[in-house]
Amino acid sequence: MAFPGFLADYTVQTVIVGASLLGLCSGALGCFAVLRQQSLLGDALSHAALPGIAIGFLLFGSRQLSILLSGALVAGVLAALLIVLLTRRSRLKTDAALGIALSLFFAVGVVLLTHIQNRENASQAGLDAFLFGQAAAMLRQDLWILGTVTATALLLVISFWKEFKVVTFDPDFASSLGLPVTALEIVLTTMIALAVVIGLQMVGVVLMAAMIIAPAAAARQWTHRLETMLILAMVFGAVSGITGALLSSLARGLATGPLIVLTASGLVLFSILFATRRGILWTAIHARRQHANLITQHVLTTLYQLAQNHHNPAYRTEQGMVVSYYGDAGNRALSELDRLGYVKPARHLPEEGTHWILTAAGIKEAERILASLHPVES
Amino acid sequence: MSTIDPQAARSENVTNIQVDARHEPDLAIHVEDLTVSYGTKPVLWDIDMDIPPGVLAAIVGPNGAGKSTLIKTVLGLIRPAAGHVYIHGKPYRDQRRLVGYVPQRTSVDWDFPTTALDVVSMGLYGRLGWFRRPGKREKQRALAALEQVNMSSFADRQISQLSGGQQQRVFLARALVQAADIYFMDEPMAGVDATTERAIIEILRKLRDQNKTVVVVHHDLQTVTSYFDWIVILNVRIIAQGSVADVYTAEHLRAAYGGQIALLQSNSFTKDTQG
Repeated sequence: MAFPGFLADYTVQTVIVGASLLGLCSGALGCFAVLRQQSLLGDALSHAALPGIAIGFLLFGSRQLSILLSGALVAGVLAALLIVLLTRRSRLKTDAALGIALSLFFAVGVVLLTHIQNRENASQAGLDAFLFGQAAAMLRQDLWILGTVTATALLLVISFWKEFKVVTFDPDFASSLGLPVTALEIVLTTMIALAVVIGLQMVGVVLMAAMIIAPAAAARQWTHRLETMLILAMVFGAVSGITGALLSSLARGLATGPLIVLTASGLVLFSILFATRRGILWTAIHARRQHANLITQHVLTTLYQLAQNHHNPAYRTEQGMVVSYYGDAGNRALSELDRLGYVKPARHLPEEGTHWILTAAGIKEAERILASLHPVES
Repeated sequence: MSTIDPQAARSENVTNIQVDARHEPDLAIHVEDLTVSYGTKPVLWDIDMDIPPGVLAAIVGPNGAGKSTLIKTVLGLIRPAAGHVYIHGKPYRDQRRLVGYVPQRTSVDWDFPTTALDVVSMGLYGRLGWFRRPGKREKQRALAALEQVNMSSFADRQISQLSGGQQQRVFLARALVQAADIYFMDEPMAGVDATTERAIIEILRKLRDQNKTVVVVHHDLQTVTSYFDWIVILNVRIIAQGSVADVYTAEHLRAAYGGQIALLQSNSFTKDTQG
C-alpha cells in the first residue's frame, strides 16, 4: 500500500472523510451566516444542542447517533425560535438575545448531563464527549449522515443561489420582489443548524461555532465575489478538517476537534495578515505606496507653482530646498519624478547643489493634478 | 392577509355596485385607512392616500413621522394593523411586478462581496423565477441600466469601493432594471453630492415623463417646489396631500413640523411666503 501505515487505519480513514465532509458543509453555510452577521447564531445553536442530546438519551436510553442528533436539532431549532421571539417581541438586540438563548440552553444541558452521569448507567459513559467532541468514536455509518447533510446543503445552495444571495444582501428588496424571504431565511437557518449538529460528535458543542465562522471569515479576506468566497470557504473547511484529523492521528491523546479548529483559526490569522487587497500586510504596503505617491505629486505641483510664481517654465528648483521642506521623502520623490520623466536635473551655478527643471510632460502632469483637485461640476 | 374583516366586507359591497371590479382604478396608488403600530405606539394613523399616475411625488415630514414606514407598508414589508393598499385598483399582492423599490442606501452592508453589475441584476431576480440564473440578456439589461445612471465604467467594481453617491446610483439602476410602472424610493438623495442629486432628479423626471409614477421620501424642503409636482405631508397622520402648487403651504408645514418650522418660515420657498 502506498499510504503511510496510519492512513490504512479504519478509524483514521473514517475521521478524515468525516472531517472533510464537515468542513465542506460548514464552510459553505458559514458564508451565509457570516454575511448575514449571524456568526454567533452557530455558537448559540451548538450550545443549545446539549440539552437536546441529553433529553434524547433520557427518553430513548440509547447512544445511537441519529437519536442524539435529532434531539440536538430540535433543541437548536427551539433556541433559534427563542432568539427570533426575543428580538421581535422585546427591546433586546440580536447579540443579547443570542447570549440569553445560548447560556439558558447550555445551562439546562449541563444540569441534565451531570444528572445522567450520576445515574450509574453503563451506556451513559461518553455523553460528555459531546462537550469537546470525540472523533474517534465516529462510525462508518455516521458518515452517511454527514454525507447526506452536506449533499443536501450544497444542492440547496446551488438551486437557490440567487435567492439566498439577494436575501442575504438586501432582505427588504428581496421581499419587494415577491420572494418568500421568511421561508428562505428558515431554510438557511435550518441548514446552519444541521451543519452544527453533524459537527457536534467530532468538534463538540463548545468549539463548533468556529467551524461555521472561521472558514468563511478566512475566505472573505481573499475575494470580492460571493461565488469565490463560498468555494474558498469550502476548501478551507475541508483542509482544516483533514489537517486536524491527520495531526491527531500522529500521536495518542491529541484531540481531533480542537486541532481542526486550531487549523481553521490558523487559516483565519494567515488570511487576515497576508490576504491580497484586504489583508493587513497588503493594506499597509498599499497605504505606504499611496503616501509616497502623494508626496511625489505634491513635490511636482510645488515645482510647478514655483515656476509659475517666477513666470519661468524653466525655473530651476534647488534640491536642498525641496529636502529641507519634505525631508528624505523629497529626495525619493525627485528621483521618482526623474524616472517618470517629469523633471530633469540642471546645474545652476558650479558651487551650488543639484537643481531641477520641469519637463513638458511634468508641466502637463502637474496641471492635471491641480485640475483634479477642483473638480468642475458638470 | 385575512379578508374576513369589516374593511374588506365594506369594499366588497362597494364593488358590487360598481361596474368595474377594481377599486379606484384611476389612481396609481390608493391607500385606505392604513394604521401601523410598533407595539402600542402608533406610527401611522388612519392614512388615506391617493397618488395619481404620472406624477413625481414627495413624501415629507419630520423625523419619526412614519415616511419610510408608509412606503414599506405599501410594499408589504411591514404588516399594518388595519387598512388596504391598491395599486392601479388591485391589491398590491397582484401588482407586485408593476412596482420598483429603492431602499435606503444605509439599510444594507456595502461590504458584501459583490460587484455593482451584480447588484443591479438583482432587480431582475423577481422576473427570472426560481432556478434560472441571470444570463447574457440579463447582463445586457443591467449594463444598460448602469449606463442610464452614468455608472457603466464601474460595473465590475466591488460595491464597497464606491462612494455614497455611486452606491445610490447603483440602487437606482437596480430599480430601473425592474422596468416598473410605479417606483418607491426611500431618501434617494440623502447624503449624495450636488452632482449626483441633479443626476438622480433628472432620471426621476425622465421616468415621470414616461408616465410612470415616482414616490420619493424626501428630506430637503428647499427643493420640494423645484423637484416635485405632487406632495404628501405626513406626521403619523396625513397633514395634507395634493399638487405642490395647491398644498405646499407654510400652514401645512407648520402643522406637520410644529415648532421646527419657525426656522424655515423666513425662507421663501412656500407658496404663501412667495407672494
